[in-house]
Amino acid sequence: MTRTQRGLLPWLVPALLLLAWQAGAQAGLIPDNVLPAPTAVLAAGWEKLRSGELLENIRVSTGRALLGFLIGGGLGLALGLLSGLSKLGETLLDSTVQMVRNIPHLALIPLVILWFGIDDTARVFLVALGVFFPIYVNTMHGVRSVDPQLLEMGRAYGMSRTALFRRVVLPGALASILVGLRYALGIMWLTLIVAETISASSGIGYMAMQAREFMLVDVVVFSILIYALLGKLADSAARWLERRSLAWNPAYRSA
Amino acid sequence: MDQITPNGPLALGRNTEALLTQSRGFQPAAAPRGVAITLRGVGRRFGANTVLHELDLDVPAGQFLAIVGRSGCGKSTLLRLLAGLDRPDSGSIDFRGPDGAAVPVSAGRLMFQEPRLLPWASIAANVEVGLSHERRADRRRALALAALEEVGLAGRGDEWPAVLSGGQKQRTALARALIARPPLLLLDEPLGALDALTRIEMQSLVEQVWRGAGVTAVLVTHDVSEAAMLADRIILLEAGRVALDLAVDRPRPRHHGDPALAAVEGRVLDHLFGRH
Repeated sequence: MTRTQRGLLPWLVPALLLLAWQAGAQAGLIPDNVLPAPTAVLAAGWEKLRSGELLENIRVSTGRALLGFLIGGGLGLALGLLSGLSKLGETLLDSTVQMVRNIPHLALIPLVILWFGIDDTARVFLVALGVFFPIYVNTMHGVRSVDPQLLEMGRAYGMSRTALFRRVVLPGALASILVGLRYALGIMWLTLIVAETISASSGIGYMAMQAREFMLVDVVVFSILIYALLGKLADSAARWLERRSLAWNPAYRSA
Repeated sequence: MDQITPNGPLALGRNTEALLTQSRGFQPAAAPRGVAITLRGVGRRFGANTVLHELDLDVPAGQFLAIVGRSGCGKSTLLRLLAGLDRPDSGSIDFRGPDGAAVPVSAGRLMFQEPRLLPWASIAANVEVGLSHERRADRRRALALAALEEVGLAGRGDEWPAVLSGGQKQRTALARALIARPPLLLLDEPLGALDALTRIEMQSLVEQVWRGAGVTAVLVTHDVSEAAMLADRIILLEAGRVALDLAVDRPRPRHHGDPALAAVEGRVLDHLFGRH
């Protein structure tokens, strides 16, 4: 099998599904008000793109997602490092975090609406809350599982606390932190979709909900595809980051 | 894979020597740089268990001392005390340089049983870990590459440690321990996990490097024949006390199969098994 063939292979099943979908819609096997043909969905998407509505909504949604991600992820990283590095930090934080972690963050939607109303703050808050936990848990786990023999070596070779953190702890925890990052990116989009469908006046979720009111199934399907695309992009970015920063580890080296 | 470099004695190559003399005003290798170690009444307890009893020991500068004994005899504890990774409950440990001045415990370099290389740092960067005080990156790098050449790993500096064999990893660890030209080299059974042939090669490498560098060396090992092969003096520890203190007065480089070394080994083993 050549390189090109191997590169194309993962796309075989999606392409077949798409063909079946198109054929089914054209033959009238799938009613238009259930699932319009891919060509119809694309046409609807093209309309949205031409009107500028699509890009504006993607921009708004991505902005909310990234803002929430930065706040929640940053806090998760900082507190995860604190819990991982210091016994006191763990004692103070960890049981609380583990308790709150078991509440599905989407269950807080009514409360969040009462607190922040239905503007962007509520959505950013929900995303931040959602991404906080996977980053926190994996960062702490990563720091805790750094090889104690390497830490002892660092100390015996006169590394300062900062050097020990930068050269031993952080690289040692990175694989685990990046696993947390990938989880968090998934949760980020999931949370945003829910938050945008409940109450919003812009964003991809809003575009879908508005289309639903006018029975525009093609636009609804198109919005879902956009979410899938954004999710896939985020995941690819995280994987690229993994391959780049974990190149020393044979398990992550690109084939 | 593991081969001693063919170009003769690895008396800490001239490259490193030149760089160090140039950058930090070090004496050339011929001058003695080792520390003299004096232990007086050193004791260490873990709970109710006394691991070292009032130990008195003098190690002259430049000596290669081997400490042998059964598991739990206190030899690793003693080495950790010398490395500053642990503190004695009683007594004093004193390090003196050739000029008679006190040398801090942090000047010694420890080589562990495992290579303990940072898997995310290149081989050269791992060797640079041994240079905590050199600020200039280009100089650190040059010293690391020279040290790698001395242990027979020239040209491997940019690879990841994961590609190295066990013996090559320990060579890298040896380069890391030696790069700062420490006055004291502490070896915590660093060859214990290697296969028999690699082990013999590494023994000659350690001997050559020690002779060239003129440092004091303390080796902890289970392997009495290794101790006889490498050391000027063998100390047998039993239950935290010196049970035997034996000089090994043989010319170097030594050879496996030397009957005088076998006799030394026999004496230590007889003592160890209570057959004296």
